[in-house]
Amino acid sequence: MSGFITIFLIILVFIIVYQIGKASEYAASIQGQEKVKERTNRVIAWLLVAFFFLGLYGIYQCHMALIGRMLPVAACDNGRAFDSMLVVTLYVTGAVFFATQAILFWFAFRYQSSEKRTSFYFPHSNKLEILWTTVPAIAMAILVAIGLKNWSAVTSEAPANATVVEVVGKQFNWLVRYPGKDNELGKRDFRKIDDAKNILGLDWTDPHNNDDIIAQNGELHVVVGKPVKLLIGSRDVIHDVGLAHFRLKMDAVPGITTTLWFTPTITTDSMKQITHNPDFVYEISCDQMCGKGHYSMRGTIIVQTQADYDAWMASQKSYYATMNPEAAPAAPAVKADSAKVVMK
Amino acid sequence: MSHEAITLEGQHVAQGVDHHDHEHHEQHFIWKYIFSQDHKIISKQFIITGIIWAIIGALMSVFFRLQLGFPDSTFPIMEKFLGDWAKGGKLQPEFYYALVTMHGTILVFFVLTAGLSGTFANLLIPLQVGARDMASPFMNMLSYWFFFVSSILMFVSLFIETGPASGGWTTYPPLSALKEASLGSGLGMDLWLLSMALFVVSSLLGGLNYISTILNMRTKGMTMTRMPLTIWALFFTAVLGVLSFPVLFSGFVLLIFDRNFGTSFYLSEIFIGGKALPHIGGSAILYQHLFWFLGHPEVYIIMLPGMGMASEVLSTHSRKPIFGYFAMIISLIGITLLAFLVWAHHMFVSGMSPFLGSIFVLLTLLIAVPSAVKVFNWLTTMWRGNIRFNPPMLFAIGFVSLFISGGLTGLFLGNSAIDIHLHDTYFVVAHFHIVMGVSAFFGMFAGIYHWFPKMFGRFMNNTLGYIHFFITFAGAYLIFWPMHYEGIAGMPRRYYDYSAWESFKHFQSLNSFISIVAMVVFFTQLLFVVNFFASIFKGRKVTTMNPWGSTTLEWTTPINPGHGNWVGEIPEVHRWPYDYKDDGHGGDFISQTTPLRPGEESH
Repeated sequence: MSGFITIFLIILVFIIVYQIGKASEYAASIQGQEKVKERTNRVIAWLLVAFFFLGLYGIYQCHMALIGRMLPVAACDNGRAFDSMLVVTLYVTGAVFFATQAILFWFAFRYQSSEKRTSFYFPHSNKLEILWTTVPAIAMAILVAIGLKNWSAVTSEAPANATVVEVVGKQFNWLVRYPGKDNELGKRDFRKIDDAKNILGLDWTDPHNNDDIIAQNGELHVVVGKPVKLLIGSRDVIHDVGLAHFRLKMDAVPGITTTLWFTPTITTDSMKQITHNPDFVYEISCDQMCGKGHYSMRGTIIVQTQADYDAWMASQKSYYATMNPEAAPAAPAVKADSAKVVMK
Repeated sequence: MSHEAITLEGQHVAQGVDHHDHEHHEQHFIWKYIFSQDHKIISKQFIITGIIWAIIGALMSVFFRLQLGFPDSTFPIMEKFLGDWAKGGKLQPEFYYALVTMHGTILVFFVLTAGLSGTFANLLIPLQVGARDMASPFMNMLSYWFFFVSSILMFVSLFIETGPASGGWTTYPPLSALKEASLGSGLGMDLWLLSMALFVVSSLLGGLNYISTILNMRTKGMTMTRMPLTIWALFFTAVLGVLSFPVLFSGFVLLIFDRNFGTSFYLSEIFIGGKALPHIGGSAILYQHLFWFLGHPEVYIIMLPGMGMASEVLSTHSRKPIFGYFAMIISLIGITLLAFLVWAHHMFVSGMSPFLGSIFVLLTLLIAVPSAVKVFNWLTTMWRGNIRFNPPMLFAIGFVSLFISGGLTGLFLGNSAIDIHLHDTYFVVAHFHIVMGVSAFFGMFAGIYHWFPKMFGRFMNNTLGYIHFFITFAGAYLIFWPMHYEGIAGMPRRYYDYSAWESFKHFQSLNSFISIVAMVVFFTQLLFVVNFFASIFKGRKVTTMNPWGSTTLEWTTPINPGHGNWVGEIPEVHRWPYDYKDDGHGGDFISQTTPLRPGEESH
């Protein structure tokens, strides 16, 4: 019911506004088109000025209201490089923004139609064109240079001592696989996937799989100060590992493995203090639309000290052991057999 | 091109028109208004279809903004519109994604491509180059009717049980390729692909026609460098479409094959719906390359007509020549060439080679240079002008303002090292809505208010136009400015609900604010629609041939031009289109048809 009242009211407002519009036209034809045009022109010119200053005030208010809700300091080195580059780009574009908008509104106001003036016939000037071709080109070159430097750092090869962890997306959660004691992720094959028994399709003929640990709750544990390399995959459609606090992002594409590496510099616990938020948690958001549960595809990252990490790791059971509680002892035997072959 | 050929062509068409006039009494309503081959009627068909689509597409955004702004509330009225998809007044996630997808598809393709170039290329090309009609009026008619059938298919897909396509307007496979992946990837996706395939056909028929008309059917004296910038812009729009739509089409064909015939172009190593699929060796990224090879030129297909029209409107209503006519043409050429070389900046984090990414960073930021040239030329056009603030001029000023704002944020996203954080966040949403959404719409509105007198022989209501302008202009900034903050804070786009996210839930109050403004802006657009249709029948009548005091050829036709546009011979062109200067008799412009005065130099 209230819906219909709203619609009725909206229609009423429409009719009123429309009538005002029509009435102003009649009024104009009575008072004389030219006179009304002149007056309207002046009013609009002032309205544009008002718009400009209200806009500046709005930008200020918006900034004040939202600046406290932005992300905390970046939790890795590349993230901090990102933040400073963002600021540089903001200054460059901000300067251009305010200058050009001010000129636009100033010209509109200053050169509003007037009987006294005729417009200045000024069809071209090569000097000016050259000026505003080269200046933006130089500014762009600087931004590109900073960008490519950071880009090559972010996409560079991970350090040799990086912990390797696999993150696999599926509709609609993240699976995290740790290599276990042997520090090697075993082979997996999508044809061996079985939601109940083998969620990632681990190939049990590969002994490296026997000690692999799979976190099905999407929890990624990493050690502060130690580089971590993510091998990113997907079981079904394209997902995206979005790490807002690390200023990173990479698609998870079925059929290929993508990678991302970073060195976390702030533990979850310290970040709780920095943000004054006891519930703070590093989140992994899916940033590539993947179906109806896309918005709920959430993982978390626990950045902890080596000691905490080791303690946590010690409490984990390998996926093989979780799936085959009674057969657990058999696993090491298989591993011992073929380890030499694999290690060459 | 020889003069003889033009004259012959002109005579031929003129005869055709005489012939036509002769038959005029017999011309049935159906042939005059429905299956019309008159470019002016076709342009009206495009704009009216475009307006209907715009209302549908915008209404969808109101529905999903309700969800985003007020995730805990229910809106029973939505159930009236959407039925089970909003059971109990609460939008279902699956349909939320369908609405987002359709909103994008409709606005990008049906409104800002067909509705924009379809309308203005059809209306302005023959009128401004001095032709009786398009090179092939029949193909032109087909172009509209292919668009119409495509529209019907897309519209039907809204009503099927599994809902319309819901994989985003980009419809990336495997999500869009596999029925198991989402409800919308079933019949809805088939209809989407079919509809889009027909849309490509429509677009090609139109585009080829625009190009050949511009190249071959200009009147005597209308050299390429005497064409108004609208025509230059529409020309490059058509070139972009003709060269890139076929690539999109091929991408769609492969997707259809993958969906229905068991091929593996895009699919590889997928386990879904409880079983492993047999596909191996395909590449999901291949689709993204094919899609964005159109997808990026597409944003210039949307922008260029607005740029052209804004140039024309700014110049006319500043009573001053456009500044740097040749620089404007060269920058259009630059934008057109670069538009083909930057598509992969949409794919920096897709798993594409990072080295390839760096090449695309360089090419992408290069586009800022011609764009900057255009902005400075527009500003200089207004400098020391004599500006009349009527609705078309206001929208052109708004266009420049929004183009600056939206263009500058492109410098963030085009730089891969920044995109790696901002990709697929609200920053992107804000960027493209300002620059190719609202700004393109402002160009379109400027065009509509400016050429409405030519289309219908009446003016639109000015007061309503002013209200429309100020609310929309303010609304656009109020909606999209704060979204940049959400994006920098990492808030992902295309989320149905943020309340479970520790990192993003504190933007809830902002989302409510944005939703409320979006609704106000939506209703203001309805005011424009009312103004548009009411003015067709009741608007103030145009009493002079050239109400804006404009130099270009369309204002030398009768107030309500018939099929064939000019009554007698097509006028000859003697000068460039921006001679806004003293004509020696107290006027402040010289029409293109006025011969050069003794001693006067051609531009």
